[in-house]
Amino acid sequence: MFKRKNVVEIAGQDGGENAIFNKETEGLSQGQIVLKRFIRHRGAMGSLFVIAILMIFVFSALDQKIGPFKIPGWWHYNTEDLPELRSIGCKEGLVGCPTISLRPSILGGQGIGLGEHPFGQDDIGRDYFALVMRGAQRSMMVMFVIGAIGGTLGTIVGSIAGFYRGWVDAVLMRFTDFIITIPAIIIGSVVGYHYGNLGVGFLAFYLGLFAWTGLSRLVRGEFLTLREREFVDAARVAGASNKRIIFKHILPNAVGVIIVSVTLLMSGAILLETALSYLGFGVVAPDVSLGLLISQYQDSFTTRPWLFWYPGLFIITIALSINFIGDGLRDAFDPRQRRRISKKERHTARVMHKTGVQK
Amino acid sequence: MVAFIFRRLGMLAVILFGSSFILYNMAAISGDPLEGLRTSTDPNAARQMAVLTNELKLDVPPPLRYFIWLRGILGLFVGHIDFGMTRDAQLVSSAIVTAVPTTVRLVFFATITAIILGITIGIVTALRQYSRFDYAMTFVAFLMFSLPIFWVAVLLKEFLAIQFNNFLANPQIPNGWIIGLSVANGVIWSAIISGDRKRVWQVFVGVALATGGLLSYLSITSWFAKPGLGPIVTFGLSIGIAYGVTQLSTGLKNQAALRSAQTMAVISLILYYPNQYLFDHYASGLLILGQLVTTFAIAAAVGLYFAKTDRAPTIRTAMIAGFLIGVITVVDRFMHTWNPYMSTDAVNFRPVPTTGQVNPLLEPGNFWFSSLDILVHMFLPTIALTLISFAGYIRYSRGTLLDVLNQDYIRTARAKGLTERTVIMRHAFRNTMIPLTTIMVVDFAGIIGGAIITERVFGWIGMGTLFNRAITTFDLNLLMAVFFITGSLTVLANLVADLLYSALDPRIRTGKG
Repeated sequence: MFKRKNVVEIAGQDGGENAIFNKETEGLSQGQIVLKRFIRHRGAMGSLFVIAILMIFVFSALDQKIGPFKIPGWWHYNTEDLPELRSIGCKEGLVGCPTISLRPSILGGQGIGLGEHPFGQDDIGRDYFALVMRGAQRSMMVMFVIGAIGGTLGTIVGSIAGFYRGWVDAVLMRFTDFIITIPAIIIGSVVGYHYGNLGVGFLAFYLGLFAWTGLSRLVRGEFLTLREREFVDAARVAGASNKRIIFKHILPNAVGVIIVSVTLLMSGAILLETALSYLGFGVVAPDVSLGLLISQYQDSFTTRPWLFWYPGLFIITIALSINFIGDGLRDAFDPRQRRRISKKERHTARVMHKTGVQK
Repeated sequence: MVAFIFRRLGMLAVILFGSSFILYNMAAISGDPLEGLRTSTDPNAARQMAVLTNELKLDVPPPLRYFIWLRGILGLFVGHIDFGMTRDAQLVSSAIVTAVPTTVRLVFFATITAIILGITIGIVTALRQYSRFDYAMTFVAFLMFSLPIFWVAVLLKEFLAIQFNNFLANPQIPNGWIIGLSVANGVIWSAIISGDRKRVWQVFVGVALATGGLLSYLSITSWFAKPGLGPIVTFGLSIGIAYGVTQLSTGLKNQAALRSAQTMAVISLILYYPNQYLFDHYASGLLILGQLVTTFAIAAAVGLYFAKTDRAPTIRTAMIAGFLIGVITVVDRFMHTWNPYMSTDAVNFRPVPTTGQVNPLLEPGNFWFSSLDILVHMFLPTIALTLISFAGYIRYSRGTLLDVLNQDYIRTARAKGLTERTVIMRHAFRNTMIPLTTIMVVDFAGIIGGAIITERVFGWIGMGTLFNRAITTFDLNLLMAVFFITGSLTVLANLVADLLYSALDPRIRTGKG
């Protein structure tokens, strides 16, 4: 485990790596560098693709009502429909089994297809695919609303505290401490249990009201450092107002921290929502949520495992993608971040170094 | 220092006051405790409402009622804390007293396991940055981040409890499993050990064969039905521990440390049967504690005997080795208890439970049975909580160690010719631990939130259960008591983290070892 590295070789590599990195970022703006780094992060790009596809898939599946308008979904069932429980093709004694088939007919399966009820049916015959789609919509919506509210509040509180310092900072940070001491799950449960019937929008809204604390601390720290930098002094000497300094000079520099923590906030939010719904304090019946579905059907795992697998898989897919996107963003915004240098690049750099070719 | 602690404590009191005030009022206005009675047709409803109003002082508006509650809490300083009454006219404190140890037990073990596992894996991934192992562990960490704990819990119940119990009825491992596990283990180890292709293959084949052989042996001898190590295997493991601990703690070149660690292993072999006698006849928590103290005393003596000049590292090595060897000995004893425990009527050959915190049917009196019972019941919840929280430690310790390894003082340490072991273990690892301690302590408090769900899934009766009851029955005093405990733990954890931070001086002491 403790194998000695050749120090001289490391020093040599450093020079080569720097040359490679410098060459890569030549003539690019900060935004372009970040974008380039993000695109190179395979996990993050893959996850972005997955989440985009998933969003379109999930939100277009069921009928959506926006005011008086009704947008029809592509799936032939809705959560309110009550088709008959089917038992064709199921094992002995089971009803409502899933019809999804992933084995092509060449290999002896029924061919790739969704079938009538791809994820099966629940106890009373409702199409489980439609329920899972509705649950995923709820979870994603909660996730985005919490991200938006928490992100906005956290940025505002953090930047005001960090920029003005003094008593403003003290008051705001003590207030943040108050909120931090109350665990999110406690506050969520207290409000959720008694106002759960107000719907998923309200749930997301008040969870967002308590989700900004970590972010505001980070933003404050960032503002405290940035406001002492020379470019802020320069702007102030040039006569810029506080508002201009905050929005034009400091905020663009802090945007990396904000974006990254909002992503992580969102992945935490989806787990919080499912946990609250599982406890019965989040989304409540007759509305549907992924956590609620798992909570309702956890006991049927041994007999009808699909009722348990599919909502869980959706939660994991969404949270995992968001986490990977967050990781990619963090790498992209972190100036110290180094990617792995391939052997070929290292070779090229060494050749350039030896032959004296300027970069 | 004292002034600092008092100032911080004062601040924490203010913070707790503020947040409890906010929560109390939010909880009070979010519902009506008399709601059920108001709509009730029971002729006694009015009287009951009056009694409840009087008992819980519901006629006082919430902001003022908060101060009545606070007066009870402030009794803490005169030695008589009063959490008030629950709705069914019981003392909140008596409910809390039984619940707190349960939750702390659950959270404590899970956090310790998560810390040890997470930091070990995190450090290995940092030392092997961009290796296959690193990528695999990064993925695993993100997967763990994304798992809902209640979902994992159901899976664990099915596969680690129900199916494992089925397996124990006839503990023959199927050949497919043996091959699969051997290959998987080989892949893991060959990914960790760096080197050229030949060495990777060597490690892979060696580890896979060793694993396969061991599993086949265990399967053929039905070891899982009647596990145990015996003196020989215990001694072999002890020697392994002696070498491992010495390598990490001082390096194998330190003869004094190596000798004293080996001596600890030999002593444990000599004392094997006397220990068994003690275990059989005088088993109690006190005995284990006494043995722990004795082990440390022996370790100190052995270390002093072997060390000529630099005593502290030698004694430290002997103590760590002695402690771990002691753990092995106790584990061995528990393994011997396994079969008799399984055969009791209460357990009836299905030892891994899916719910509950103790087996109520088990006859009390036998120390080993009841301890094993507690351990077995903690098995699944601990795994669930560990899985969820150790991913954070992997990511964090990896990131911190990578940061530290880029520092100038690491370059200096290498440049002055220290061995790689000394650079990693003394210069890098210790500096990595400083920010990690803060995370650990705060995490310990935060994981209590996770315990609420875990308790619910596994049917434990702890703080989480009380919390659920408090919310569904609108029991404000109970809710506030739960919050007061978790909230105080959180702020105290923050204080401890700060103190630890200043205690862990990052400067590296000079001296050999």
